[in-house]
Amino acid sequence: METDLKTETLDIEGMTCASCASFVEKSLARTPGVQRAMVNFATEKATIDYLPAQATPATLRQAVVQAGYGVLERAPDTSAADRQAEIDQQKAHAYQQLRRRFWVAAGLALIIMPLSMLMLWPAAMQRINMQWLNYGLLLLTLPVLLYSGREFYTSAWNGFRHRAANMDTLIAVGTGAAFLYSLAATVVPEFFRSRGLTPEVYYDTTATIIALILLGKVLELRAKTQTSAAMKALIGLQAKTARVVRPGGQELDVPIEQVQLGDLVVVRPGEKVATDGLIEEGHSAVDEAMLTGESLPVEKKAGDPVFGATLNKTGSFRFRVTKVGADTMLAQIVKLVEDAQGSRAPIQRLADKVSAIFVPTVVVIAILTFVLWFDLAPIETRLPLALVNFVAVLIIACPCALGLATPTAIMVSTGKGAEHGVLIRNAEALEKAYQVNTVLLDKTGTITRGEPAVTDFVPAAGQDAARLLQLVAAVERQSEHPLAAAVVRYAEAQQAASAPATGFRAIEGQGAEATVNGQAVLIGNSRLLDEAGIVLPVAVRQQADALLTQAKTVLYVAVAGQAAGLIGVADTVRDTSVAAIRRLQSMGLEVVMMTGDNPQTAAQVARQVGITRYFAEVLPGGKAGKVKELQAEGRIVAMVGDGINDAPALAQADIGLAMGGGTDVAMEAAGITLMRSDLQGVVTAIELSRQTIRTIKQNLFFAFLYNSLGIPIAAGLLYPVFGWLLSPMLAAGAMALSSVSVLTNSLRLRGFTPLKP
Amino acid sequence: MDTVEIIVTLVGVALAGFVLWYFFFSARQTASAVSSVSGVQEVDITVKGGYSPDVIEVERGKPVQLSFYRDEENSCSEELLMPDFHIRRDLPAFKTTLVELLPQQAGTFPFTCGMGLLRGSLVVK
Repeated sequence: METDLKTETLDIEGMTCASCASFVEKSLARTPGVQRAMVNFATEKATIDYLPAQATPATLRQAVVQAGYGVLERAPDTSAADRQAEIDQQKAHAYQQLRRRFWVAAGLALIIMPLSMLMLWPAAMQRINMQWLNYGLLLLTLPVLLYSGREFYTSAWNGFRHRAANMDTLIAVGTGAAFLYSLAATVVPEFFRSRGLTPEVYYDTTATIIALILLGKVLELRAKTQTSAAMKALIGLQAKTARVVRPGGQELDVPIEQVQLGDLVVVRPGEKVATDGLIEEGHSAVDEAMLTGESLPVEKKAGDPVFGATLNKTGSFRFRVTKVGADTMLAQIVKLVEDAQGSRAPIQRLADKVSAIFVPTVVVIAILTFVLWFDLAPIETRLPLALVNFVAVLIIACPCALGLATPTAIMVSTGKGAEHGVLIRNAEALEKAYQVNTVLLDKTGTITRGEPAVTDFVPAAGQDAARLLQLVAAVERQSEHPLAAAVVRYAEAQQAASAPATGFRAIEGQGAEATVNGQAVLIGNSRLLDEAGIVLPVAVRQQADALLTQAKTVLYVAVAGQAAGLIGVADTVRDTSVAAIRRLQSMGLEVVMMTGDNPQTAAQVARQVGITRYFAEVLPGGKAGKVKELQAEGRIVAMVGDGINDAPALAQADIGLAMGGGTDVAMEAAGITLMRSDLQGVVTAIELSRQTIRTIKQNLFFAFLYNSLGIPIAAGLLYPVFGWLLSPMLAAGAMALSSVSVLTNSLRLRGFTPLKP
Repeated sequence: MDTVEIIVTLVGVALAGFVLWYFFFSARQTASAVSSVSGVQEVDITVKGGYSPDVIEVERGKPVQLSFYRDEENSCSEELLMPDFHIRRDLPAFKTTLVELLPQQAGTFPFTCGMGLLRGSLVVK
C-alpha cells in the first residue's frame, strides 16, 4: 500500500565528491524495502522512501556504513535537551561537591585561625608548647590540603605535564610553598633557630587561601549557570509529544522524535505546536513570542506556516509537518545562538593574548619577588618576607576575571537577544552594531509592510458607502489578485456584510467583473471602465488624480454601468516604523532610506516617517553600491533589509540586519536576524549591542586594573614608600571577588529590556 | 651579598628561566589526523590539564572529527572554545565529546579552554 511508505532523512558523513553520493544512493537502493533513495551531495542528506515492513532506519544506516560512509547522529532538539540535562546534572553534582569542599575548608580554617593567633598573646604562649601547637595545626590543615584543595594540586600537575599553566597552578604553587615552609618549621624547628630565625608557620594562610578561593569558585559556578539560562529556556520550549492523525483518522499522541515529514498533526487550544508545518484546516491565534519576541498572538489560517514551540491560543487546527528535528525554526535558533556564544569578539583579542602568557609570567614575577625580598630584606626576616610576598603575588594574579570578561557578557546578551527575537550571528556582529552611526533602511518590507493595503475608499456622490463596499468585497473575494486581497482585508476590517457573487470573470491586466445582488459590478483600472463605455464624472476624475499624485494605485468601481467610486491602494507604513525611526535618531544615529520607487513616492514616505535623507529609484543591483557610497563618506553603516533581494547590500554593510519575518533563519549575509518584521527590532539590536559592549569594556577594565595593580602591590612595591604589604589571605579574598564581580556585572545584562518608543 | 643570597639569586633566576622555556619554548606534541574509510579525518584528544596532543595537523577541505575525552573533573577544562569555527562546547567529565568541523582555509586555528589558558591548535594544511 502506498500509504505505508515511510520517509527517512539521514545526514551522511564523509562524502567528498558527487560520485560518493551516487555510491551511497546505489547502496541504499539495493537495500530490501527501499523504494526510492536520493542523496544530495551538497546538503549531505539522504532522503529514503521505504516500506517499514521490510526495512528499518537501522538497516538504512547499515547500508550507508556498508558503502563506506557514516551517518551523522545529528542531535535533534530533544537530544539537545537531553544532552543539556545531562550536562546540567553533572554540573549540579560538581557544584554540590565543591560546596562540600568549601565548607570543610571554611570550618577548619575557622579553627586554625584563632589557634594561630595565640602566639600574639604572650600569656597563652607561655602555657602552650609551641611545638605541639604546630603539630596540631598541621593535622588540622592536612584535610584542607588533601580533601578541599586536592583538585588544585592534581590540576596544576596535569597542566605542568602538558606545559600548560592554569589558575590552579598559581594556587597550588602559592599554598604549596606556604605549606611546605610551615611543615619544615614544624618538623625541624632547630634548623631555623640555629640560623637565628623564628620557625613561623603559615597554616592559617594555607587553609584560609584555599577556603576563600573555593568560596570564589562556588559563587562563580553559581553565577555561571545563570549565564546560559536564556538558552536553556529556549531548548526547554520544545514540545515533548505530538498528536498525529493516522491515515484511518485515528489520533495518537507520539513522542516528538517519532514525528515524520508529511504527518498530519492536531493542535488544540492551549497546546504547544509540536514542530514546523503548514496549516491544512482550522484557524487560530498563535503566540509566537518565544521565536519572534512579538507579544501579540498572530492570526493563522489554512496555508499559513506554524512553528514548533509556539503556543496555540484560541482555535484548533491541523497542520502538515514540513520540518522536524534539527531543521525546525527552534533548532536553528538554538544552533545560531550556540554558534554566537562560541565566537569571540575582536575586543577580546588583547585579553586572549594576555591570558595565553599570563600564568607562566606571573610565576616568573613571583620567583623574582622572592629573590629580591630575600636579597634586600634584613637578614632575620628575609625568608618569611620573601615567602609571604611570593605567595601573595601568586594568589592575587588570577586571570579568571580576564577570561570571563567577554564570554559571559556575550552568553547573556545573545540569549537575551533571542528572547526578544533578535538573533546575533557572532560576537563580532555585536561589536560592529555598537560602532554603527548610520542606519540604511530598505523601504519596501522594512519601513512599509511590503504588501498593498487600502488607504482610501471614496464612494461617488450619492453612493452608500457600506453597500458599495459589500458589492466590491463580494467580487474581490473571487479574485486571486494581490490588490483584490488588499480590498478584501479592508472590507473585513470594516466588517462589511457579505453577499454572493455570480458570473465572476477576471479581465487580464484590467480588473474583474461579477454580478452581485443582481447588479453588474466592475472593478479595475481606468481602461476597464473606458472599454465598458463608462464615463467618469469630473468630480471622480479629480479625486483619482489626487490619489495618483500621492503615488497610490487607483481602482475604479462601476455598478450597473455607472461609475460608483474609487479605491486607493498603497504599500503602507508599519505602525511601529515612525516611533522606531525616531528612537534610532534619538540614539544619535542617522537614518537613511533607500527604495526602488520614484522620487515622489520616496519623498512621501520619507516625510511620513521623519527621514530627511533618502535614495530613490535604486535598482535591486544598485543597493550594495549605495551602502558603499555611505561608507565612502566615512560612515559605519547598518543595513536593514528583508533579506531576499538585499543580500549583497546586507553583506556590503558593516553590519547587516535581515528581517526574517520568521521565514528563513539561516540568512548568511546578515550579522543579525530580526525574527519580527518590525523596525523596533533594529532599536533592540543596537541597544543590546551597546549595553553588551559597555559591559565588556567595564569587565575588561576591572580585570586589567585588578591585575595590573594587584601584582605590584602583592610584590611589595608600596613597601618602601608606605610600608604596605599585601597579606596572602587578603590577596585570596580579592581574587575570589574579582571573577565574581565580573560575572555579576555580565549578569546585569539579564535585566535588559528593549526600549519602547 | 652573602653566599645564601647568591645561591637564592642564582637558583631563582635559573628557575625563572626554566619556567619561561618550559611553557613557551619547548617542543610541542604534534599529531596528524588519521583519515577513516569514509574520508573523515579523525583525531582523539585527551583533556587532562591540557590537550594531548595539542597540535593537530589536518588537511584542508575534508571533514574533521575531533573526539575530546575529558579525563578529569577539574573545572578548568570543562569548556572548549574554537573561536574560528564558532564552537563552544561543554566537555562532560570522563566522557567523549565529538566536535565536527570542515576546515576550508589553511592556517593555524587555536582552541582553548573557556578562559584561554589551556591551549592547542588545529593546523590546516
